[in-house]
Amino acid sequence: MADGSEPKLDLSPRVSDEVRKTTCYMCACRCGIDVHLRAGPDGEMKIRHIEGNRDHPVNKGVLCAKGSAGIMQHYSPARLRKPLKRTGPRGSGEFEEIEWDEALEIATGWLEPIRRNDPKKLAFFTGRDQSQSLTSWWAQQYGTPNYAAHGGFCSVNMAAAGIYTLGGSFWEFGAPDWERTRLLMIFGVAEDHDSNPIKIGLGKLKGNGAKVIGVNPVRTGYNAIADEWVGITPGTDGLFILAMVHELLRTGQVDLDYLCRWTNAPWLVERDPGASFGLFVRDGDGKALVWDRATGQAQPFDRPGLKPALKGDFQAPGGGRARPVFELMARKYLEPEYSPDAVAGRCGIAAATIRRLAAELADVAFEQAIEIDQPWTDFRGERHQSFIGRPVSFHAMRGISAHSNGFQTCRALHILQLLLGAVECPGGFRFKPPYPKPVEAHPVPHGEVTADSPLNGPHLGFPRGPGDLALEKDGSPARIDKAFTWENPLSVHGLMQMVISNAAARDPYAIEVLFLYMANMAWNSSMNTAGVMEMLTAKDEDGEYRIPKIIYSDAYSSEMVAYADLVLPDTTYLERHDCISLLDRPICEADAVADAIRWPVVEPATQAEGRDVRGFQSVLIDLGARLRLPGFVDDAGKAKYRDYADYMVNHQRRPGVGPLAGWRGKDGEASGRGEPNPEQLERYIENGGFWRAELPEEARFFKPFNAAYQDWAVGMGFYDQPQPFVFQLYVEPMRRFQLAAEGHGERQPPDHLRAQIKAAFDPLAVWWEPFEQAALKKDGVDAQEYPLHAITQRPAAMYHSWGGQNAWLRQIHGRNPLYVHGSVMAAHGLKDGDWAYVISHHGRIKVPVARMDALNPHTVWTWNAIAKREGAWALDAKAPEVRKGFLLNHLIHELLPPRGDGLRWSNADPVTGQAAWFDLRVRIEKAEAGAELSEPRLGRQKSPVGQGPKDVTYGEGWG
Amino acid sequence: MHPAPSIVLFTVLTGLGLGQMAWLGLGLGPDEGLFRWLACALALALAGAGGLASTGHLGRRENAWRAFSQWRSSWLSREACLMVAAMAFFGLYAAIWCLGGVRLWGLGLAAAALALATIQATAMIYAQLKAVPRWSVTPTPALFLVTGLTGGLLANGAVSGLVGAGLAGAAVPGWWAALALAVAAGVAVWWQTSAAGAGRASQGSSVESATGLGFMGRVRSFEAPHTGSNYLLREMAFEVGRKRAFELRRLGAVLGYLAPLVLSLAALGLGGWLMVLALVAHVMGMLALRWLFFAEAEHVQALYYGKR
Amino acid sequence: MTTLPETTGRKLGLVIDLDTCVGCHACAVSCKEWNTGGTGAPLADTDAYGADPSGAWLNRVHTYEVQPQNGPAQMVHFPKSCLHCEDAPCVTVCPTGASYKRVEDGIVLVNEDTCMGCGLCAWACPYGAREMDPVAGVMKKCTLCVDRIYNQNLPEEDRVPACVRACPTGARHFGDLGDPSSDISKLVAERGGYDLMPEQGTKPVNQYLPPRQRDAWASELGGCDSAPFNLADLAEPETADNAGGFLGWLDKALERIG
Ligand SMILES: Nc1nc2c(c(=O)[nH]1)N[C@H]1C(S)=C(S)[C@@H](COP(=O)(O)OP(=O)(O)OC[C@H]3O[C@@H](n4cnc5c(=O)[nH]c(N)nc54)[C@H](O)[C@@H]3O)O[C@H]1N2
Ligand SMILES: Nc1nc2c(c(=O)[nH]1)N[C@H]1C(S)=C(S)[C@@H](COP(=O)(O)OP(=O)(O)OC[C@H]3O[C@@H](n4cnc5c(=O)[nH]c(N)nc54)[C@H](O)[C@@H]3O)O[C@H]1N2
Ligand code: SF4
Ligand code: SF4
Ligand code: SF4
Ligand code: SF4
Ligand code: SF4
Ligand SMILES: [Mo]
Repeated sequence: MADGSEPKLDLSPRVSDEVRKTTCYMCACRCGIDVHLRAGPDGEMKIRHIEGNRDHPVNKGVLCAKGSAGIMQHYSPARLRKPLKRTGPRGSGEFEEIEWDEALEIATGWLEPIRRNDPKKLAFFTGRDQSQSLTSWWAQQYGTPNYAAHGGFCSVNMAAAGIYTLGGSFWEFGAPDWERTRLLMIFGVAEDHDSNPIKIGLGKLKGNGAKVIGVNPVRTGYNAIADEWVGITPGTDGLFILAMVHELLRTGQVDLDYLCRWTNAPWLVERDPGASFGLFVRDGDGKALVWDRATGQAQPFDRPGLKPALKGDFQAPGGGRARPVFELMARKYLEPEYSPDAVAGRCGIAAATIRRLAAELADVAFEQAIEIDQPWTDFRGERHQSFIGRPVSFHAMRGISAHSNGFQTCRALHILQLLLGAVECPGGFRFKPPYPKPVEAHPVPHGEVTADSPLNGPHLGFPRGPGDLALEKDGSPARIDKAFTWENPLSVHGLMQMVISNAAARDPYAIEVLFLYMANMAWNSSMNTAGVMEMLTAKDEDGEYRIPKIIYSDAYSSEMVAYADLVLPDTTYLERHDCISLLDRPICEADAVADAIRWPVVEPATQAEGRDVRGFQSVLIDLGARLRLPGFVDDAGKAKYRDYADYMVNHQRRPGVGPLAGWRGKDGEASGRGEPNPEQLERYIENGGFWRAELPEEARFFKPFNAAYQDWAVGMGFYDQPQPFVFQLYVEPMRRFQLAAEGHGERQPPDHLRAQIKAAFDPLAVWWEPFEQAALKKDGVDAQEYPLHAITQRPAAMYHSWGGQNAWLRQIHGRNPLYVHGSVMAAHGLKDGDWAYVISHHGRIKVPVARMDALNPHTVWTWNAIAKREGAWALDAKAPEVRKGFLLNHLIHELLPPRGDGLRWSNADPVTGQAAWFDLRVRIEKAEAGAELSEPRLGRQKSPVGQGPKDVTYGEGWG
Repeated sequence: MHPAPSIVLFTVLTGLGLGQMAWLGLGLGPDEGLFRWLACALALALAGAGGLASTGHLGRRENAWRAFSQWRSSWLSREACLMVAAMAFFGLYAAIWCLGGVRLWGLGLAAAALALATIQATAMIYAQLKAVPRWSVTPTPALFLVTGLTGGLLANGAVSGLVGAGLAGAAVPGWWAALALAVAAGVAVWWQTSAAGAGRASQGSSVESATGLGFMGRVRSFEAPHTGSNYLLREMAFEVGRKRAFELRRLGAVLGYLAPLVLSLAALGLGGWLMVLALVAHVMGMLALRWLFFAEAEHVQALYYGKR
Repeated sequence: MTTLPETTGRKLGLVIDLDTCVGCHACAVSCKEWNTGGTGAPLADTDAYGADPSGAWLNRVHTYEVQPQNGPAQMVHFPKSCLHCEDAPCVTVCPTGASYKRVEDGIVLVNEDTCMGCGLCAWACPYGAREMDPVAGVMKKCTLCVDRIYNQNLPEEDRVPACVRACPTGARHFGDLGDPSSDISKLVAERGGYDLMPEQGTKPVNQYLPPRQRDAWASELGGCDSAPFNLADLAEPETADNAGGFLGWLDKALERIG
């Protein structure tokens, strides 16, 4: 101060009394957090501050908006307090609070007889949790085939295409080589699960001067900072990608050496018509053969010193004719239908742009190639002096995944990557261990039920052909969600979005108990929300609910809570043990393997008066013991695990391999494999809540073919013997389904599905028009009735529905307008703040609109899951989320508009069953001025937790 | 800017009271028993009430006393100090006048000067704000001064009119008031013309300069930081409709200047009591115009929100 | 007291890189979180679960749409907090002396013990960087985390503002802008950092780094999308017959890689 009278400041105020390091769960990214605790004015430990853990492999110290708002989530007024038993009609929200003993007795009373008589009458589906390795194992021990997590409506296209092609997918299973890449092309990503890592990575690219190209109809977030924006028309990425493939092939800009060595490009494909047309030519050991130009013979692909042919018509050892994959592929994509000029109009991207982009990719891949001096040995035994890198990387997420052509679009993108030689190399897209793993390393689906016994194997898996479908003897679906049927043979994550409608329709059969965990199915995770609410409350003539019993575990007073008969209140993420396991989705880096835990940094009972909640996993383990499920009880029938923490330490999936890989063995010295270590959790806590081990230098790239990596992976317990494989440009299991559709084989699809399977299961990536758009066509002309594409995006500062209860985050996103291109606004006489009807083939909603020009002009969009039902989340009935917020879900139907063939087709990808959220077509109409109230209005639910307080002055008293 | 009632009331009422003090201090008005008492009490009451109203919008009234400390740099602090000084001097002057029957012209002059300085300080609080271009125009202090003086004259006139029935020939001459009103209206027009030209662009501020993104192209606010409201928007992005502003301004001009002018002249013939009506009309008019003074003022920070 | 210091020892401030900011609000929320439990009154929220939720924040992230002459519209995310101006009008207007600028490092602060909550400083700030706390009734503003940057209870590396520490993209930088040799000053020089509303004469310390050129094809190439990379140079010559041409080339290419 000028006159020397500045107040004395305490520049070193006390920050906290203790720091406890755990894992964030404000979203599924799983960042490490330092939770600063400080004694409040009442002496009780309270959370002073949460910040990112600098040592953590995921977030390296940074923290996102949601993570920083953790305090408001943890102390949310919407937290459930005790188990709830329904007293009013379903959906009313009328409950009585009961004690845990009673709750568990009710649950056991419902589940026990079912298991004894017909285990499939239980459908157990889980949502955004991260304990699928426990929940699936529980369901398997219980014996029901009806288990899956939420991947079927999330991103199974991405997951399946990745596994079948590369042995791993984008998503959280790999990442661009942020340090080295010079060009990143990012398709259809708003946030993704790797929320912080992507942001950290983009910051790195900016620092390195690398170029970012965003392919997205909407230019927000990551696309806003992209050096170039490609404002593609939704659903056409496959065409755009294949046109770039066309260009690269046309100009010879492909990495032939890479293709020969590390992909199935040279594998011979049978060309003699018959039951094995299009399958690989194999030797007696089942090894795929290539044509070796050196010896002039067909040789197993994994021989050293091969000089494989990439084109030509060869005599297969078995007698028939065969051609290499590469030639089939080149011929296909060089067809004029894939030329930039042919696709430009549909994609909304100029042909010249497509050509230039292909050229840029090639330029970076081949003219700016990098090399890392590090000798290594491949699985053929050949020694290499260095790792050659193509510094081009790609990332993609639901923008290409959530369409009815998403599986093949993801496949197309992987093919593009492979042509450039840009997977698992320096500068390219790299996997996080334990990925990649070949399809062969994954199980196939199991669905065979025996009363009073476990299921015959894991529920979910990767079918290799029609024989692996989950069908009953009579061909009917084994599973309530009809996963792994001819409608969607590769539904590798199950089809959670179909469970409620199928159960209500008792198609394929009736169930007795629907058991859901952490999925707001009565609201934002369902298509046709109002319809789903009806299904949940639908009754038979005798007055009984068509879905007789619903058990639900949530931590907060969500919309779904109101539809449960029994609610099991979970803790918040700061109050329980959790296991971020290598057996589930990994949090590793490309250069290191890692896993982590959550642990109770505060005790639930101390967090609010009379609150009595339990971590769901511990409850599930308790239920497992009460039901005497194998594995959950010892021979004497006594509970084997005290709780989840005990399970995390002592459960072994295979000898020496358990939920946590760090500090195993009696002395805690072993990594990956080793006996259970009773002090394992203490070691994790001391280390900041996570464990991380770096890969040996030699093992860091080309992992599927790298002998050093394979050996290291076996040591870690990822698999029991090396499993090298090459990337699959051509996916043989798909061809097997096509063959069935062509009439070959024992298991035959129903006739009405033959054409669809034939078209969809092309073993080389193809594109088809999004189903909803195709179904709306009139006489082959795009329906002018619904000229606009309608999509949603995740806001960075909100996590689905569960951020809405957060006093801070809801100030940022308390309502959501529909963003409309300026030209469309003008055409409809709309201005910012006006209201409009949005109409799809299925319904009509009323919404506020706002103008946006950095948008594909044929597209409208909004933020996802902002709207709330009246009475939910401890919010006021007049909350903007309730009055102005809206869900696009009301316009999306799980079935397509009738095509006139008398059948109702599902609004999903025909390969995987992935819900086609982003295929939605709409029109808009200006709404009369008047009540500024979004429609539909879906009534209110009574809040079992009351309403939040008026003011929040968190932190009072510490200042 | 948000036209907080407390501030609108404060500026109008203290202006009135201080204006009255200025005239009384200068020796205007009949040296009469009832007039003395009434006029002085009214002046002090108005200024005092205004002062009280001004604390209405304080978040921490208990710290209000500290506002006297920063007279070296802060106009608001100066205003507070001057106000107290003006009231103290005038109070003393009034006491001696009312009780002792003597008008000490030296003390009166000092009180008048302090009163005018207080009005000037109030005006400077607004006139100094570059961030509100409409206020930082040249005639803002003049506007406040003539408004205060005119109001004060009318108030004194009204008092003398009220008591004047029995005090023949002692009323404040109506034509003085008429003249003051005419001048005040003139200054108001001057201010209005300057302010109308002082959009935010007048200082070169625009959403382009606010964001520095003009070099890229045309800039438009796309999303505000929060869908929830906030202090900044409530306080500094008040929006008033054009048509409503025009009508209110017309009403303000008629009530504030035209009607009192006519009434003052009429008072010459029909009796001093009409001055009471003139005062009431004038105050109502001033409240309307002062409301607009705030409501129509645009703050440059609202550019960040794409708001007026 | 409310006079501004002639000079300050250092000019601590933030530099915000608009080329990198993805508008994720992490800085805004971490700021709220740090400061709500920090020195002074909490940053209160009113009607927190109601119809009109509103609270005090010290850092807010705007989004602008920019329409260039050529090429598609662009989006710029724009975080804004107090700029710790050298000629801070918010300080000189303050009647109580609660607002001041520190001589040592130039940080502009409010002394909550003496603030009377009149709001004049917020009026004086052209940038909308001050917000009244709705419950405590005192003026709130970015403190540049003065309770972090010198805090002996924090490890050295954490002595940076909460928003800087949280920012996932690294778009926020903190340092001494008065020292031309500091990293942050060099960054500003290199990237052409600029003042917001220079015409207001406040001389902000915080600087903004402009977004780099985007959609270069539209501006550099005059709006036409001719490829800057010549495929013909990169590729082998091809014949008119596509498939034949490519597959013909294939043999030679394979020969070359051996
Ligand atoms: N229109 C449209 N709809 C979509 C999408 C879209 O893009 N557009 N995306 C789809 C996708 S990909 C997904 S994954 C779904 C997500 O949708 P949901 O799976 O419904 O996800 P959330 O809304 O996050 O809510 C899950 C539930 O978990 C509860 N919960 C939160 N924390 C805990 C906890 O610690 N324990 C327990 N037991 N419960 C907890 C929440 O209270 C909430 O009720 O939405 C889908 N719906
Ligand atoms: N902050 C936050 N993070 C989250 C979540 C959250 O709710 N909030 N949810 C998590 C979950 S469950 C998931 S599944 C992931 C999803 O992560 P994202 O895939 O990033 O999720 P979406 O927001 O659905 O983004 C889809 C993007 O694709 C674009 N898009 C739509 N159609 C097309 C198209 O046809 N082509 C192209 N190229 N782009 C298209 C949309 O504009 C949008 O930008 O995010 C996870 N992370
Ligand atoms: S991205 Fe954010 S919310 Fe998700 S885990 Fe990380 S810090 Fe938490
Ligand atoms: S930005 Fe505003 S509050 Fe901060 S110093 Fe400048 S004028 Fe004052
Ligand atoms: S609100 Fe407080 S800091 Fe601001 S001017 Fe008034 S007294 Fe000073
Ligand atoms: S420096 Fe501190 S107070 Fe200022 S915006 Fe950043 S976090 Fe908030
Ligand atoms: S945290 Fe960083 S990237 Fe996110 S809004 Fe703030 S400055 Fe931008
Ligand atoms: Mo998802």
